[in-house]
Amino acid sequence: MSELLIGGIVVFILSTFLGASLIGRVPPTLHTPLMSGSNAVSGITVVGAMLVAGAGFGWLSDVLGFLAIVFAMMNVAGGYMVTDRMLQMFKKAPTEGGK
Amino acid sequence: MIAPWLLRLLYLVAAVLFILGLRRLQSPETARGGNRLSSVGMLLAIVLTLLDRSIVGYGTIAAGLVVGGAIGLTMAVRVKMTSMPQMVALLNGAGGGSSLLVASAEFLHSEERGALMTVDAGVSTMLGVLIGAVTVTGSVVAFAKLQELVSGRAVVFAFQKTLNALLFLTVLGLGAWLVLDVTAPVGAFYTVIAIALLLGVLLTIPIGGADMPVVIAVLNSYSGIAAAMTGFVIGSEVLIVSGALVGSSGIILSQIMCKAMNRSLANVLFGGFGATVTASGKSAAGLTVNTTNIEEAALQLAYAQQVIVVPGYGLAVAQAQHQVRELMELIEKRGGTVKFAIHPVAGRMPGHMNVLLAEANIPYDKLLDMDEINASFGQTDVALVIGANDVVNPAARNDPSSPIFGMPILNADEAKRIIVMKRGMSAGFAGIENELFYNPKTQMLFGNAKDTLVKLVSEVKQV
Repeated sequence: MSELLIGGIVVFILSTFLGASLIGRVPPTLHTPLMSGSNAVSGITVVGAMLVAGAGFGWLSDVLGFLAIVFAMMNVAGGYMVTDRMLQMFKKAPTEGGK
Repeated sequence: MIAPWLLRLLYLVAAVLFILGLRRLQSPETARGGNRLSSVGMLLAIVLTLLDRSIVGYGTIAAGLVVGGAIGLTMAVRVKMTSMPQMVALLNGAGGGSSLLVASAEFLHSEERGALMTVDAGVSTMLGVLIGAVTVTGSVVAFAKLQELVSGRAVVFAFQKTLNALLFLTVLGLGAWLVLDVTAPVGAFYTVIAIALLLGVLLTIPIGGADMPVVIAVLNSYSGIAAAMTGFVIGSEVLIVSGALVGSSGIILSQIMCKAMNRSLANVLFGGFGATVTASGKSAAGLTVNTTNIEEAALQLAYAQQVIVVPGYGLAVAQAQHQVRELMELIEKRGGTVKFAIHPVAGRMPGHMNVLLAEANIPYDKLLDMDEINASFGQTDVALVIGANDVVNPAARNDPSSPIFGMPILNADEAKRIIVMKRGMSAGFAGIENELFYNPKTQMLFGNAKDTLVKLVSEVKQV
């Protein structure tokens, strides 16, 4: 195994635990926005897709890269947008005291 | 152009922004800002990639960004909140698809050069392809079931698990061959993709429609893991971090769902639950049901000090959320309090019911989850059950012969009075008789939820 792979595995494992502790604190009321928000984050594959599409490897890579960017951007744009749409609907009750 | 070491550090900033964004999801007050923070991280990652010196042409990239962005935005603006599970299913599939395509392109490129990938890169590539492909077709099947394009019934057949295991082993074998032997034909690679796509279908069809919330959460997780594998392929930490975050999120949500149904993840994924209608432990023969009418129910609600509404998916199907809010406002105007008891599986995905009620302008601090509210039913004058069934069935607590025995439920039966709004006496999703309906404290209010609520609202106004 290369140094690079070991480093990657370390990052992967630690991030998984970090994710678990962060997600555990998200209240159930926000679980749907959490899922659409994580869709958006998984759109990070757009980075890999852009590197493939822009590398000038040949027509096959261009086509695969193009499609990969389209799919990833659906996640990015759709995920962030729909999450924002949901989160703006969550409002607190007007402060009680009067009635 | 930018030095590779600086580029890597700046990618780290993007990853940190994702983490900070996720942390702000701890409260509805900070969540929206968190989502924006996360999107800034994504923008940064995209801009940094444009500066990468290995990129020689920008035409394809620009086209992809525009087309994908436009599709995503259109979906996000148009989707109805009741269809959020379908949207998330599609996005899961798109995420898996993107990873599948990137990993495939990397593999085919090394194949073209006649060079063998390193074993490290080869293994990551095969995993990216396998998980990505399973996510794609699994998500499409989940979408079709949720959208009711196909029956939600679990599809089981003889030797299904044996077949899946054989296909899985074949993929592993072919994958190992491709990684270790440069002379392996490219056809073997396409076979791997084909079998993995088939596996996605085969793994999802035996899961019943009622379990789709768990499936979407699991596929959400897969799409993250696939992204992390792609990160290993192209040697990008930001992909590994983000993929791992999403991966753990999906797994935790699926565990929460499973716990709420008192089932193990393995039972949900491989149990074939919902293939046939299971016979219930107790039959309803000889028991009587009390029915009530609008006027009587309106009187009880109008004079109640404390009301807990138990919404089920039937409420959302009838599109009656706004009528419930009106009823809540009327009762509160008269001095009563109204709360909502949300079971984790009340909607079609984790937290779905909360979004549907928030959309109807019901404040989120009135939406309480099972653990927060269960102790309050005892001091509640009226529990109003709308379109919910199994999640209030006391058989889960006290009838060991019931299929849902052991599932945590909302203790609506502890309220002083229970009004159940329901179309008819049909059994619940799991096909189980509900003891609550035969409780002497329970009164059934039959009819379409929306019509009944409209009448109830106008009746309460006149009290």
